[in-house]
Amino acid sequence: MNVIERIERAVGEGPHAIETLLQTTEFPHVSGRSVTFLFRGQAQEVTLQHWIHGLPGSLPFRRVRHSDAWVLQLDLPPKSRMEYKIGVAMYGRGTLVRDPLNKYTARDPFGANSVVYGEGYSPPEWCLDDPEARKGTIEDRHVDSKVYGDWRPIKVYRPARFRQTRRYPLLVVHDGFDYLGFANLQEVLDNMIHRLEIPPLIAIMTQASDRMREYAADPRQADYLVKDLVPQMEQILPLVREPSARAVMGASFGAVSSLSTAWRHPGFFGKLLLQSGSFVFTEIGDHDRGPLFDPVVKFVNEFRKAPGRPADSVFVSCGVYESLIYYNRSLVPLLQETGMQVRFREANDGHNWENWRDRLREGLSYLFPGPLWLVYE
Amino acid sequence: MLSSAILLGPQRHVRIVAPAVQALVGDDDDRPLAAVTAGWEERESEDHELREHCGRKLVNLEVWARVERIFERDRELLAAIRERHDTLRRVQELYRLRLQGAMEPARELFRRAGDDVWLAAERHDALTMIQGIDTQHVARVQQIHDEFEQRWRPAERTAVQRERRDLQSKLRDAACLLVAGGHIAVLLHRMRLFDLFGMYGDRPVVAWSAGAMAICDRIVLFHDSPPQGGAATEVMEAGFGLVPDLVALPHAMKRLDATDERAVQLFARRFAPSLCVLLDDGSRIDWNGKRWSAQPETLRFTEDGWVEEVPA
Repeated sequence: MNVIERIERAVGEGPHAIETLLQTTEFPHVSGRSVTFLFRGQAQEVTLQHWIHGLPGSLPFRRVRHSDAWVLQLDLPPKSRMEYKIGVAMYGRGTLVRDPLNKYTARDPFGANSVVYGEGYSPPEWCLDDPEARKGTIEDRHVDSKVYGDWRPIKVYRPARFRQTRRYPLLVVHDGFDYLGFANLQEVLDNMIHRLEIPPLIAIMTQASDRMREYAADPRQADYLVKDLVPQMEQILPLVREPSARAVMGASFGAVSSLSTAWRHPGFFGKLLLQSGSFVFTEIGDHDRGPLFDPVVKFVNEFRKAPGRPADSVFVSCGVYESLIYYNRSLVPLLQETGMQVRFREANDGHNWENWRDRLREGLSYLFPGPLWLVYE
Repeated sequence: MLSSAILLGPQRHVRIVAPAVQALVGDDDDRPLAAVTAGWEERESEDHELREHCGRKLVNLEVWARVERIFERDRELLAAIRERHDTLRRVQELYRLRLQGAMEPARELFRRAGDDVWLAAERHDALTMIQGIDTQHVARVQQIHDEFEQRWRPAERTAVQRERRDLQSKLRDAACLLVAGGHIAVLLHRMRLFDLFGMYGDRPVVAWSAGAMAICDRIVLFHDSPPQGGAATEVMEAGFGLVPDLVALPHAMKRLDATDERAVQLFARRFAPSLCVLLDDGSRIDWNGKRWSAQPETLRFTEDGWVEEVPA
């Protein structure tokens, strides 16, 4: 008997049978490529709201035999992650809620979503707190920005066993505060350094005051990083002052800003880590992404005409459930033609922080290979 | 060959250097211990926990810092060593290419079920090929070191001689030499620059992690699940060869998949007749100048693909 039949039978047998079913079966229920959602509650309409490009944005649940149980079955490829909320409509009023039967959530700056894992996916252990790993430190600082004419908050990550007499590589992170909060960046750095998968490095987390403008290929942001941030950090931190030891990274608009910075100051950052970049371009006519994308499209179109050689190596990742996958796939051959070392990774995931978290190990160890093979402490 | 040596696993969580020293040096012997912590690189001098744990007078030989001083005084030697470093890296990459080509079919042959003579013959030949690649690589690296020694004669250079004299006097009175883990190439090459064991002779040694690797015949680098690249176990080069027939595998349980019987079989047979010893927390294996003996729960890979205690 499949899970839908078991739900229907339990509904027919009454509330006690449903309770028994819930105690013995985890929902959403994943079996092979199939995921079954169950919702119980008074409603006139129940829908699944998600952000998977290619599926209708709102998928209706089916009420089971005039009861308060609603079901929906979907195809979910192996190793997928799918974030969602449930839309509950009653008397013309709709609310979005997290799935009450699902214990898994994924946080982002706007709150949290429920998340379902496809067969074969589990959150990677290397992004969780490892008591074995020595911990780095995070310090709050400010940068006096001549470019922006204000003070910019930053957070400085120093690796465990930091020494002022040693020189460290530098990783500059767009939306760095969010990477710490929603993509476990500190745990990832601590664990990877402890496991020798990357060398000890210093990371500077930046956060924009007007992200959608400053990260939209704004030349000021490129100048801020190259002329304000890095030189000031080099004055106070023991950094290797070479492009090959500098990386800049970001996700979404943060990836646009990273590429824009490297393009406007070629060779300053030797390494780029670009996650789900909003690299929208036009072949003909206008784009349909709204005015915030105007400077992005202008930049990407210019970049496509004259990419130059912005850096030495670049790691690009994107979820296949994102509308941006087309633009990222298009970017890769162009990056390869510049002579840069390019690694591109797709994942069965969407435009979200846990997708970006899950790609960090491969991306960081590609850009900063650690002494794993040679150190046996 | 050493008269006596004790090889240990990592010392971060389970510290057993002190009882090992006690086993080699009598309680009434008040001569100092000499320690090499060069594998810790710039943290070389952070040895207070080791001192506290040993509870004896301990002289850190400061091998890493001495080489840094030599580099400051002798820029020509520094340039030559950097050039050798680049050559070694290149040779290692080329070896890796050939090795990977041989490892994949060997893994497949060991994965195949059956014990017929034809499969056994193919496995044998595949192993012979890998062993040949390893041996050629060790010889090639040795040639690079020999040519370096011949051309640059580091032992005859003033900056090296000055440090060497001081080392000699410190080693003269040492009751036991401790060699800590860390970066194996840094440790090996910096000790070799001073011919440290040539000065020390065959007296007792306690070595752990990379230190244990360094005193064996061959340095074997290994990891089954690196985030990048292939996972084929590699030979780096010859070690000091001060203890016989042993491949030291520190952090083996973390770095290797010991549940993969076929992989264990391939590993053990590739390095046979050497004993492949897993040096994890608490592991200890003793060399008395004639034979090996191990503490309980010190494990080894067997040619049948098992992980079992090294016979006491």
